[in-house]
Amino acid sequence: MSQTLDPVLLARVQFAFTVAFHIVFPAFTIGLASWLAVLEWRWLRTGNVVFQETYRMWAKIFAVTFGMGVVSGVVLSFQFGTNWSVFSDKAGNVLGPLLGYEVLTAFFLEASFLGVMLFGWNRVGPRTHFAATLIVAAGTLISAFWILSANSWMHTPRGFRVGEDGLLYPENWLEIVFNPSFPYRFVHMVVAAYLTTAFVAAGIGAFYLWRGRHERHARVMLGMAMIMAVFVTPLQVLFGDLHGLNTLEHQPAKVSAMEGIWETRRGAPLKLVGWPDEKAEATLYAVEIPKLSSLILTHSWDGEVKGLKEWPREERPPVAWVFWGFRVMVGLGFLMVFTGAAGALLFLAGRLFNTRWFQYLCMAMTPSGFVAVLAGWVVTEVGRQPYMIQGVMRTSEAASPVPAGSIAFTLAAFVFVYVLVFGAGSYYILRLIGKGPGSTEPPYGAHGLKKPPLVLGGTGERGGLDV
Amino acid sequence: MFSLERVVDLPLVWHGLIGAAIFLYVVLDGFDLGVGILFPFAPSETCRNRMMNSVAPFWDGNETWLVLGGGGLLAAFPLAYSVLMPALYLPVILMLLGLIFRGVAFEFRFKAEGRSRALWDRAFHIGSLTAAFMQGAILGAAVQGIRVEGRAFAGGPLDWLSAYSVMVGVALVCGYALLGATWVVMKTDGITRDWARKAARWAVCGVGLFLLAVTVWMPILSERARILWFSLPNALFLAPLPLGAGLLLLLVWRDLRSGREVRPFLASLGVFASAYLGLGITLWPWLVPYEITFRQAAASPESQSVLLVGTVFLLPLILGYMAYVHWVFRGKTSEEPAY
Repeated sequence: MSQTLDPVLLARVQFAFTVAFHIVFPAFTIGLASWLAVLEWRWLRTGNVVFQETYRMWAKIFAVTFGMGVVSGVVLSFQFGTNWSVFSDKAGNVLGPLLGYEVLTAFFLEASFLGVMLFGWNRVGPRTHFAATLIVAAGTLISAFWILSANSWMHTPRGFRVGEDGLLYPENWLEIVFNPSFPYRFVHMVVAAYLTTAFVAAGIGAFYLWRGRHERHARVMLGMAMIMAVFVTPLQVLFGDLHGLNTLEHQPAKVSAMEGIWETRRGAPLKLVGWPDEKAEATLYAVEIPKLSSLILTHSWDGEVKGLKEWPREERPPVAWVFWGFRVMVGLGFLMVFTGAAGALLFLAGRLFNTRWFQYLCMAMTPSGFVAVLAGWVVTEVGRQPYMIQGVMRTSEAASPVPAGSIAFTLAAFVFVYVLVFGAGSYYILRLIGKGPGSTEPPYGAHGLKKPPLVLGGTGERGGLDV
Repeated sequence: MFSLERVVDLPLVWHGLIGAAIFLYVVLDGFDLGVGILFPFAPSETCRNRMMNSVAPFWDGNETWLVLGGGGLLAAFPLAYSVLMPALYLPVILMLLGLIFRGVAFEFRFKAEGRSRALWDRAFHIGSLTAAFMQGAILGAAVQGIRVEGRAFAGGPLDWLSAYSVMVGVALVCGYALLGATWVVMKTDGITRDWARKAARWAVCGVGLFLLAVTVWMPILSERARILWFSLPNALFLAPLPLGAGLLLLLVWRDLRSGREVRPFLASLGVFASAYLGLGITLWPWLVPYEITFRQAAASPESQSVLLVGTVFLLPLILGYMAYVHWVFRGKTSEEPAY
């Protein structure tokens, strides 16, 4: 069996599977941590218990999601070596310190203060608790900073030299960390995470309003989410455009694949849909808008756009993945802009919280952020192929000397475990949503009450009865 | 470019730092893995809840030391990382899968009811057991040596599996059970504590036996180890380590009988420290035994320097706020609902 399977392909599929599963969790927790900080701040400022109850409900969802993010993330820190040992060996000098700093500046911070945030209500004062929430939120952003810097460096490597031994050596850390695509990718991804959370909150809020449950909490969820949708989604379109232009400068083949353009030409049309056929070197059945691609990419009606035929076949990324990933992401982005605009108009009309069709729309948009984030990562990562480090190391040269049989076995194990474990996690999250805020009995020792005497187990631990 | 090469012996410092990080991982995650190993043997549901609550605020931070061990190895010794991971491919991934099951069980079991709670209890136990065993097997495989050609692993996918690595795996399960049991003695009271005390005594016996077995087996397995530990004058200098481990074990035993609650845990940490130090001396100076030393595996001085600067400030800070979290959750754990 092993002889017929390509170990590099298996290693790619396995890594894509685990990393795609993983990114779903941080995409949600980055935004959720910040939102929880806002909720707790509003509660401390106003004393309005609705904010606190909303906080508590989402903190539980945060805990489940964060737990899944941690365990799926630990896997990744080893998979660089188990799947891509040649890459780790050659690029370790450059990327290792970045990942090291991620652990030292972010992971410990998040992990330690998460304990206080979740279990510390009756052990620390309200200010300390708020500080813990803020620290966790900051930790998620610091983590995003380092990992996106490392990832961006693989797209736009700078500040290094190739030694005589074939290893990469750092030359300038500032150029490595702040490589050309990093600021764009960082902003684009963090905002994407915020929007992912916003649309989840909007969807759940709309669900409660639709069912006529927890209305005061639901207004907080939907209202706050709409602030993000109205003001931040248009910005994200702008950030995405800037990121795209940056990609055009540094990875033009990726952009040509995104556009499905094969022939270099002036005044290139925008292909709305179509089927990129790599054998025929053409995008079939394309529905086009004249000259729009040139306008978007060069900001001129007659600007020249490079086609994929500029590059030899072995230098092109898999076109259909990039082309369709891009359309899914952008399509969802515009749906988000539309939702925000509709929300703003309904708000002005005083009907934001009681318009049926808008509640359906928001519920339908609940998973939109996750899908858009995954689609976006497909665009950027598949678009970098056939390279692991753009222009420096090919993916086919980066793999570990592990036999295909081992990889196939562990891939199957990963699929089985992830589907089971994260399926169960999703189920528990749905149940938490079903329960809603404020419905669970609050633990003893309200927030602000310092260290009450320890409450022991109800059933006779002291009496020595059967426990 | 910035480098501390002339000021400090970078590879040596990093060898020490990674060694310390892995030790901290072993003892910190060790106690919460140990709690998982002992979990199904606890006398009641209430006991299990308390055991779970006693580690719930810490497990995530504890596991971060493993990420630091992995990430730090990649940063400071990329060659060792890229040889060891493929060499230990299966045990590493099985360990990770075990850690997934036990990690999510913390969140899931309090949300599950009835039979599905029992399912996550089992996941917590089996996951902890698998992770602990695989970590021991990884250690055993490393002690036996790794086949290397050029800059890559050159052995087969099952090279790691041997009677010796299986024994070290079981030994580590026993060791973690000792840490877990003494932790529970320290953090709970009543029936839970009394039961943990009994469990800890079993674990002391197990750890004693296995330490003896490792000490006898290693010299048979490796000529180097025999010369190192059993020739004069080395034997005299090194004798305090096994003797110290033995005495500490006796201390744990005595303290458990006399009703002490904190010192058994601390003394168990001491047992681990002695064993770890002994292992470090045996494997010195290899990172990939017996092919690549820590000097050969070292990242470029620039890479080691840039990370060292931050580590000097960040590591004390991390230890500080981790201590703060332990202080926040000091004392005995109640059975309160988690949050």
